[in-house]
Amino acid sequence: MASRGIRDKVAIVGMGCTPFGEHWDKSVDDLLVDAVTGCIDSVPGVSKDDVDAYWVGTMGSGSSGLTLSRPLKIDYKPVSRVENYCATGSESFRNAAYAVASGAYDCVMAVGVEKLKDSGFSGLVIPEPASDGTGADLTAPAMFSFLAPAYCKKYGVEPEQMKEVMTHIAWKNHMNGAKNPRAQFRNEVAKETISCSPLIAGQMGIFDCSGVSDGAAAALIVRAEDAHKYTDKPIYFKALSFIAGPAEGPLDPSYDYTSFTEVVRCAEDAYGQAGVKDPRTEISMAEVHDCFTPTELVLMEDLGFSERGQGWKDVLDGFYDLGGGLPVNPDGGLKSFGHPIGASGLRMLFEMWLQLRGEAGDRQLEDPKLGLTHNLGGAPGACVTFVSIVGSELG
Amino acid sequence: MSQGIISYGAYVPYHRLDRSTIRKTLGQGGGKGARTVASHDEDSTSIGVEAARRARWGSALPESLYFATTSPGYLDKTNATTIHAALGAGHEGFAVDLGASVRGAVGALRAAAATGGMAVLADVRTGRPGSTDEALSGDGAAAFSFGSGDSVIAEIVSQASATAEFLDRWRMPGDTFSRQWEERFGTQAYLPLIQDVVTRALKEAQIDSATHVIVSSPQARAARTAVAAFAKDTRADTLEAQVGFAGAAHAGLVLADVLDRAKPGDTILLVVAADGADAVVLRVTDAITRRPAVETVREQLAVAGEVSYPDFLSWRGFLVKEPPRRPDPDRPAAPPSARAERWKYAFEGSRCLECSMVNVPPQRVCVKCGSLDRSEPIPLADVQATVATFTIDHLAYSMAPPVIDVVIDFDGGGRYSCQLTDADPSTVAIGDQVEMTFRRMYSTADGVHNYFWKARPARKGAK
Repeated sequence: MASRGIRDKVAIVGMGCTPFGEHWDKSVDDLLVDAVTGCIDSVPGVSKDDVDAYWVGTMGSGSSGLTLSRPLKIDYKPVSRVENYCATGSESFRNAAYAVASGAYDCVMAVGVEKLKDSGFSGLVIPEPASDGTGADLTAPAMFSFLAPAYCKKYGVEPEQMKEVMTHIAWKNHMNGAKNPRAQFRNEVAKETISCSPLIAGQMGIFDCSGVSDGAAAALIVRAEDAHKYTDKPIYFKALSFIAGPAEGPLDPSYDYTSFTEVVRCAEDAYGQAGVKDPRTEISMAEVHDCFTPTELVLMEDLGFSERGQGWKDVLDGFYDLGGGLPVNPDGGLKSFGHPIGASGLRMLFEMWLQLRGEAGDRQLEDPKLGLTHNLGGAPGACVTFVSIVGSELG
Repeated sequence: MSQGIISYGAYVPYHRLDRSTIRKTLGQGGGKGARTVASHDEDSTSIGVEAARRARWGSALPESLYFATTSPGYLDKTNATTIHAALGAGHEGFAVDLGASVRGAVGALRAAAATGGMAVLADVRTGRPGSTDEALSGDGAAAFSFGSGDSVIAEIVSQASATAEFLDRWRMPGDTFSRQWEERFGTQAYLPLIQDVVTRALKEAQIDSATHVIVSSPQARAARTAVAAFAKDTRADTLEAQVGFAGAAHAGLVLADVLDRAKPGDTILLVVAADGADAVVLRVTDAITRRPAVETVREQLAVAGEVSYPDFLSWRGFLVKEPPRRPDPDRPAAPPSARAERWKYAFEGSRCLECSMVNVPPQRVCVKCGSLDRSEPIPLADVQATVATFTIDHLAYSMAPPVIDVVIDFDGGGRYSCQLTDADPSTVAIGDQVEMTFRRMYSTADGVHNYFWKARPARKGAK
C-alpha cells in the first residue's frame, strides 16, 4: 500500500469528551455542545471563531453538517458529516487531520457523536437502504461470535479456555473502566459474573458485549509547527491508516474467521508510516475496538502484538492488563467506557491525549511514548478499519 | 396415447405437534397421534415450492403450473408466480392459483392433466384452539406433473364428477378458522355423491375395485364411511395418525405415499369429496421404476422435531408472545426484489468465466480474480453445502428463538451466510452437511411476505 502518511505534520492541541452512558436527560444537540465546548475550553485563549472547519461523525444521530452547525450556531463555516460504520469517529479526525496537513486550514475540529439509547431497542440498529430482503440479517453479536469457534478450531484451543480468555478481556476492561470517571460502567465485575452471564450469541454472554450508550467527543487539530501556540503538551499523529475491504469473507471459502484481513493490512500501513518495526515492544499502549471480547483477542494478533495463535496466552498472562507489557484499553474500551458509534474513535484518541499528557489519573501509565488507536466497522470478513499512531514527541 | 402423471413429489414439514398436548394445556380438544406443523418460517407457498422441487425428477418445468391451497399467502396477488420463480422457470409459461377450497386441488390436477402441466397442492391448516380442526388437520404439500407417452407412471383410466350446493364447511375471507355445520348433515350429503362418482369411474375403467383406494374429504366421517365399503387391504393409509387432514394437499399426499410403494399394474381409485365429489382411476405403469431416490413420504415422516403447543399457537397467530426489543423487519422492497428475481427466488449465484469462482449472491466483479461482467448463472438451490462456522443468536428477531446462523460452503464452490432451520441448536457443528430450503423468512407489519432460502440439515438423496 502506498500511503505517504502525515507523520509529525499534524497535532492535537485540545480535546473534549462527555461521559458515555445512558443520557436520558441529554439530546444529540446537548452532547455535541458539551463535547465541543469541552474541547474549546481545554485550550486557553481559543474560541469557536478560531476554528476554520469542522467534521462531525455520526452513524445515525443526524445527517449533514447541520447536525453540528445548528446546535453550535457555527458561523457560516464548512462542516462535513462523515460516516463509516463503527469507525465513524476515526473517519472524522482522519479527514480533519488531512485538511490541516494539506494547508487548506490552520485550525479544525473533529467531532463525533451518537445517541443510541433513544431508539428503545436492545443492541445496535443500523438503518439500511431498501433491499430485496435476502440479506443474512445477522445481528452484530452473531457476526462477531463466529470468531471464537473458528479460532478454537484453528489453534486447538478448548471452548472452556476460550471462555476464560473472553472473560479475562471483559474483566480487564471493566477493571480499567472502574478507574475512569467518564466510563459508562464504572464497576469491577467478578470473573464468575462475566462467565455466567446470559448468552447473547454463541459463546458470548451479555458481559462479552460492548456497552450501548450515548456520548460525544471532539478534538482540535492544527499543524504541528503551530501546536505550541495552543498548548505545552500537544500530541502528534505518527500514522493514520484507513481501509475498506472488498468484503471477501462472506463470499470466499478460504476466509476462516480467525483474522480481520483489513486490520492486518491497515496496521502494516500504519507501522510503515510511523516507522514502527516491532509493535509489541514499541507501542506503549493501545485503544482497540473491543466491540465483543473475541474481537479484542483476534486484534492482538492482527495488530502484531501477539504471534498468530498465541494471543490467547498473552491475554491470560496479563500482558494486556493495565500493569502488563502492553496495556490495551486502559480507559475501559468499548466494553466498559461504552460505544456511542460516532464518538468511539475520538474517545480512543482522548485516552491517548490524557495518557501522553500524564492526565489519566488513577489509570495513568508510566511514561507512555507511542499510543495506537484501532477502530473497526462491519463484521469479520467484511469491514472498514482504522489505525492511528500518536506520540507526545516529534521525530 | 395414454395420459397421466409423469412425476410427483411430496413435502412433509419437519415439526410435529403431539395431539395429547392440546388437551393437557386447554382441557379440551386434542386426540391421539401427532399432526404435522408447518414451521414459523413456512406457509402454503413455501411448502408448495418444496413439493414442486421434489416433483421435477430432473425435467424442465412444464409449460403451466396450477397451485391449489385453502390458505393462500396472498389474495389479489398470485402465489403460483412465487413457486414458478423459485423453480427457476424464467418468465415463459403460465402459473395460476386455484382456491381457496379443498376442491381447488381437483381443479389443479384436472387442469394440469389437460395441459401437461404441474399441479402443486399445499396447505397449512388449523382451527380454533381446542377444536377438532386444530387437532385433526395437518400441513403438507404434494405436486404432480402430467404428460403422455412412455414417461407416464400412472395413467388416467377414467374419471367422474358430481357437484352439489350445501353448507358443510366455510370460512369468511379474513377469518383465521373455518366453521362446520352439524357433522351428520354433511355426511349424509356427501355419501350419495361419493357413491355416484365411484360407481361411474369404476364402470368406465371396467374394474370392480382398485388395488389402492383413497377417499379424501374435509368431511372426515363421510370419508371414513365411504372407504369402509372397500376391502380393508385396498384402503390407503390416510396419514391421520402422523399428518392429519392436510386440506387441499391431503389427497395428493396420500396419493404420493401410495405411489411411493406402488407396483406396475396397480390401480388407484382416488376420490376427493369436497363440495361435490370427484373420482379418478389411475393405472400404474412400468415407468414407476423411474422414480428417483428422493425422500418418500414415509422417509420424511421419520425425520421430525416436536413443537410445543404454545409455540404452535404462536406460529399460527393465536398466541402473541412478547417480541425481542428489536425493530420489526423492513419489508422487502418491490424493485430490488424484482431485479434480484433469479437470486431471491431461484437461488442462483454467478460463476466466474475467468477463474471459475462461484460468487453468492451473484457479483459483477469476481471476488477472486476481479474480472468484470464475466460470469454465468449457477443454480445452487439443489447443491449441498458444509457448515464452515456457526453461531446461536439469542438477540435476532424470530418466531422461534434462538436463531441459528451458519456460514456454509457449497460443494463445487461458493460461500453464503444464512439461517439454519429445522435444526436443534445444541447439535449444530462445523462440518455438518446442509441443503437449501425455500422459506417465508418473515411477514412484515404492512403485509409483505419475505420469501427466501435457508439451510437445513441435509437429508438423504437430496442432491
